[in-house]
This record gives sequence, C-alpha cells and structure tokens, in this order.
Amino acid sequence: MANGTIAAVPQTAEVNFYNVRTKHKGILSWLLTIDHKRIGIMYLFAVVFFFLVAMTIGVFMRLEMLTPGETFMKPQTYNSLFTLHGVIMIFLFIIPAVPAVFGNFFLPIQLGAQDVQFPKLNLLSWYLYVIGAVLALTSLFSGGGIMDTGWTFYVPYSIRTTTNVSLSVFAAFVLGFATILTGLNFITTIHRLRCPGMTWFRMPLFAWALYATSWIQVLATPVIGITLILIILERAFGIGIFDPALGGDPLLYQHMFWIYSHPAVYIMILPAMGVVSEIIPTFSKKTIFGYVPIAISSLAIALVGYLVWGHHMFSSGISDTSRVIFSLLTFFVALPSGIKIFNWVATLYKGSIEVTAPMLYVLLFIFIFSIGGLTGLVLGALNTDLHLTDTYFVVAHFHYVMFGGMGIIFFAALHYWFPKMFGKMYNEKVAKTAAVWIGIGFNMLYFPMFIMGYLGMPRRYYDYLPEFQKYHVFATVGSWVLVSGIIIMYINLAIALKRGKKAPDNPWGGTTLEWKTSSPPIMENFKEIPTVTTGPYDHSITESQEVKK
Amino acid sequence: MSYNSDSSVQEIQEVHIHRDDFGSKMGMWLFLFTEILLFGGLFILYAGYRFIYSEGFAAAATELDVLLGTINTVILLTSSLTVVLAIVALQKENKKLSLFFLWVTVICGLIFLVNKYFEWGAKFHHGVYPKGPALQNMSEGEVMYFGLYFVMTGLHGLHIVVGLIFIGYVMRQIQKDVITSSNFQKLENSGLYWHLVDIIWIFLFPLFYLIH
Repeated sequence: MANGTIAAVPQTAEVNFYNVRTKHKGILSWLLTIDHKRIGIMYLFAVVFFFLVAMTIGVFMRLEMLTPGETFMKPQTYNSLFTLHGVIMIFLFIIPAVPAVFGNFFLPIQLGAQDVQFPKLNLLSWYLYVIGAVLALTSLFSGGGIMDTGWTFYVPYSIRTTTNVSLSVFAAFVLGFATILTGLNFITTIHRLRCPGMTWFRMPLFAWALYATSWIQVLATPVIGITLILIILERAFGIGIFDPALGGDPLLYQHMFWIYSHPAVYIMILPAMGVVSEIIPTFSKKTIFGYVPIAISSLAIALVGYLVWGHHMFSSGISDTSRVIFSLLTFFVALPSGIKIFNWVATLYKGSIEVTAPMLYVLLFIFIFSIGGLTGLVLGALNTDLHLTDTYFVVAHFHYVMFGGMGIIFFAALHYWFPKMFGKMYNEKVAKTAAVWIGIGFNMLYFPMFIMGYLGMPRRYYDYLPEFQKYHVFATVGSWVLVSGIIIMYINLAIALKRGKKAPDNPWGGTTLEWKTSSPPIMENFKEIPTVTTGPYDHSITESQEVKK
Repeated sequence: MSYNSDSSVQEIQEVHIHRDDFGSKMGMWLFLFTEILLFGGLFILYAGYRFIYSEGFAAAATELDVLLGTINTVILLTSSLTVVLAIVALQKENKKLSLFFLWVTVICGLIFLVNKYFEWGAKFHHGVYPKGPALQNMSEGEVMYFGLYFVMTGLHGLHIVVGLIFIGYVMRQIQKDVITSSNFQKLENSGLYWHLVDIIWIFLFPLFYLIH
C-alpha cells in the first residue's frame, strides 16, 4: 500500500463500530458513547436536521420576496426569519458541520489513532452543542418573541428590543463552548496521537486544515463568549458597557463581535478546503501539487484572518488609517486562498480525472468559490465597499463563499466518506443529477443578488422598489431548483442508507489511512496501529489488491 | 467507560483510557489560553474606555479600598504558593501534607470571596451598582468604571469558585488514592488553573485599585 503498512488480519475478526458490543444497550450505547465515530455520526444527524430547518426558513424568505410589499407574511415575521436563518445556519450548521462531523469521524483515523485525545470531553462537546441548540429553540417560544436583530446582535438595538435576545445569545455562548472544547481536543490529538512515521508533513491536508481551524476556534471563540455575556448583562442590569445612553460605545461592540466573527468565517471555510485537498488527489489519481504550500497556507489564512475584522466596519465610522490597514490586510488574506486554488487546479492538470459525485461537487466548489472570493476583494476595497455595503451584493458574496464554499463541500464530504461511514454505496447517477441541480439552482438564486446589490437593493429589507422584481422572481425560482436538488440528494443518501450495496473498503482508490481500514471501521479503527512510510497522497505504487468498485 | 469483560472487547477499554500526562497538560494550557482571551476581551474594553474617560476612571478609582485589595492580593498569592507546595508534597509521597496545603489554598480562596462580598456589599450599600442611585450623579466615565469593575471582578470571583470546586474534587481524589505521587496530573492541572485565576487578579488589582 502506498501510504504505509498494516499487518494482515483475518477479516472475520472484524466487527464494525455499529455492531460492537458496548456496556450500554440501544439508544444509550449512542448517548453515552465516547467513541469518536459514534459522536461524529450523532453530530451528522443533528447538523443535517438544522440545515434542513434553516433551509426551509430561507425558502419562506425567498417566497416573501417574490412580490414587493406583503406577499404572505408581516415585516416583523420577516425580521425574525432572517435572524433565525442566520443564527441556525451559522451556529448550528456551518461552524460544526465539517469539523464536528467529519473531523470527529476521520481525524483520528487519518492520523492512525484510535480516538481523540480526550474522548469524554468530546462527548461533553456534543452535549453542549445539543444544549445550545435546545436553548436556541426554546428562545423561539418563550420571552418576548423571536429575536429580530439579525445574527450579528448589533447594539444598541439588541439591548433595546423586547424580543428574546438574552436566551438566544446565551445559546450561542454555549455553542461557542462546544466549539472551543472540540478545537482543544483536535489540537492535542494532532500533537499527541499521530501514529509511528506520521510526521507533520506526512499528515493528510484535512488534518492540517483542522489544525489551523482548531487554533482559531480556541483563540477567537472566547472573545465572542465574553461579548455575548456582556449583552446579557447589559439587558439584565444595565451596566452601560455597550449602551450609548450610559456612555458606552456601540463601535466597540462591533470590534469585539468581528474579532471573533471574522476569524469564524475561516472556521467555516478552512475545514472545507481540507476536504477539497483530500478529494482532488483521490479522483485525479495523482499526488497533490504543492503539499507544503497548501498546509502552510491554512495556517497563514488562520493567522492573517485574525487581523482583518475591521473590513466589516468600513462604513461604521472607524478612522481612515485603520480602514486603509484593514483593507490592505484583507487583500493579503486572499493570497493563501489563491495559493490553494492554484494548487488544486495544478493537481488536476495531467491527472487521470474521474468525475464522481464528490468530485463534481468539488469542481462546482472551485467555480463558485472563485466568484465568491473575487467579489470579496470588491468588498475589501474601500471605495467600492462604501457603495456596496449592506446591500444584496454582500448577501450574495457571503452565500457564494459560505454556502458555495462550506455547504457544497459538506455535500462533497458526505458523498466522499459516505461509503466509509455507513458501509453502503449510493446511486452515483442520482447523486450527480442532484449535484447539477444544486449547481444550477445555486447560481440562479444568488447571482441575481450581485446585480441587485450593485443596483442598490439593501439587505434585510422587507419591501423593495418594483424595478427589482424581475431579479427577485428569478432568485426565488432559483431557490426552488436549489432546494429540489438538495432534497434529491438527501433522499438518494437515505435510500442508500436503507438498502445501498455494501461498500468495499476503498471504493475510490484513496491513499489516506481511512481507506486502509474496513467500511465501516472497526471500533479500534485499526487492528494494529499502522506505520506510515510515505506522504499521504502517494499514488505511485500500483494498488493491485484494491478492488475498484 | 467500562465494557463487557469479553476478551476481544477488553482491548477497546485500554484503547480509550490511555494515559498521557503531557497531552493532558497541553489540553489544560490550551484551555488557559481561552480563559486569557475571555478576560482579554474585557481588558481591551477597559483599555478603550480608560482612554476615552481617563478622568472619570481616575476619580472612581479613589473610591475603592486599597487596603482590602492589597490584603486580597496577598491572600491569593499565598494560595498560589500553597498549591505548588501541595504538588511538591504529593510528589514526595506525603499525602497528608499535600492535603493540608490544599486546605490552606481553599481557605485562602474562601477568605478572598468573603472579602469581596464585604467590598461589593459596601458599594451596594452606598448605591453604587448598575442603575443604582449613586450612579445617577456620576459622570459617564465613573459609571463605566463601575460597570467594568463589577463585571471583571464578578467574573473573576466566579473563576475562584470554579477553581475551588476543582481543588475540592482533586482533594477527594487524593484521599481515595486515585491521585498519587505517580499520577498527579489532575492536581497539577487544577494548580495551573488556580495560578491563572491568581494572575488575572494580579492585573485587576493595579488596574482598578492602584492607578488613580
């Protein structure tokens, strides 16, 4: 095998982690598990559930925007819906999706370890996630009604509104705690649990991406934690720290919020980039081009991404000097992302490309993410930003990088690792059809927003001028195409889960360690701790014993 | 987590409960980073508002009792010393002495909290609390000073309570011989946490009590 050697063991001895005997039976064998694979699966179902909820809310929002004025809901409802859509998507889906689901499941396996460093802490993270989610849902049906501040909770409105901000914000705080503990767990796992021969530069790039992500999680999340606590204290006791009536400065709130929330977008995108770096070599049958630059650029993005938060505040009244510096740093952060895109495309070059469903999603990602990234530069430049700030252009950019980046790659990862996680194969043809639908629907939905934003359509507005209607109608129709694609995709996977063909251990000819164990993996991941002798994407050795499909 | 006594399953247990003191300490240090950043957010706000309202801050700072603050500082520093002594004592296999030093630490922590209670109580008595009557006649800077004072010392006090719970748990484990001279990482980790609480106070004390 290319990547290392594992002593041969009789196949009969293997019982996968679903069927292994545990102390607790039935549902408790899941709820009290400390196995990273089971925790990953539990995250997966929670995350997909919340994605579908927030997606439905998004569909309703688009439906409301079909005509100017009231289509079928009141303005206050619309405000609550866009807040909910943002909060659920960001805190319950995008941030945990790739690290908590695929990171939990695959990081230890890719490192040749048997679990994360702190398995019990890992389970605690999952419970904190669930508690945060329950609190967020409770806040909808209690107190002064559904929060209407937008996901940014800007003061002073968030301390004045009578809606249930405190509980929602506390939910976000608890979710932040879950994120921190996961990050802490992953960093120590990567430092301590790499198998023999797995040097830093033999780690799969997904592990590198998670390493960079985890550092951001550990170093940025506490700042939002304290900021959110201050909002709660402000609402409860009127301490005055963010209240302009008492001498507080709302601008400081914005700084504090974005000191976390800008690095947070890299928490969202870096793991996705790691997945791309796994999928492309596998389906190009070629080692990755520029392994070291890709690994280091993850760290560079994490580092520079920490210093650019001010670009969210160009029109808030910060000084010209700081605006220029933040703008310059914003351009810098585009460089490491560019390096990655360049290396991925260079990996494809002269590769033996196989366009499977995961690969199709990845190609879609490169197309969409490039648009998203380049429009980010338009927003990062001071003069164009003043024209485009708080318009649909920002909304479009955000969805191109976040949904087009993280969301699409979540689908890619789901298809790439589905055979390994569940031991079943899905219908490839249907999966590809869904990917095409998603690609078309996505661009129909979000591209008109660039145009609308450029023409001056403000974000978060309930009503609009009649001349924008043609774009809104187009986008709304796009949302239907997109959603039908997503539904087809999930149904296809659900059918595969129920009666898919049994998956071989290595259906794609992957070279990283997760493909060297059974599908689904055994409880201990490997019968024997593997020893690694080469880099992660070495396709040079012919894998005669690999069963292709 | 324990599994069935089945021999093939027995392996799993060993897998999950491996001991790695270095890794455990590393996890603790990472956690301490997050704590520093949590307070770091507040220190940034303090710096920002001190810059805007330097006169108000100077005026409000004179209302704190420097003597009480100094006593509390000495108490906390002493407790940090006793935690270290407890670790050394355990390493030298003197369980009794180790527990004694941990008791001293806990008592120091409790005295600190009692002092804080009287300090806060006196402020409340004079109407100095968020939205309190005394704050109505103060400048914006003074209001901000007391807002930050209550939030920062309050959060710090909460950390003392958490630290005491950690130490209490560790003492129980020492009594039960779970934490021993060859397996004392939990004690060291709670010691690290206690030092962090101490260090944060070392910054809070001059910022609120000494700079006028």
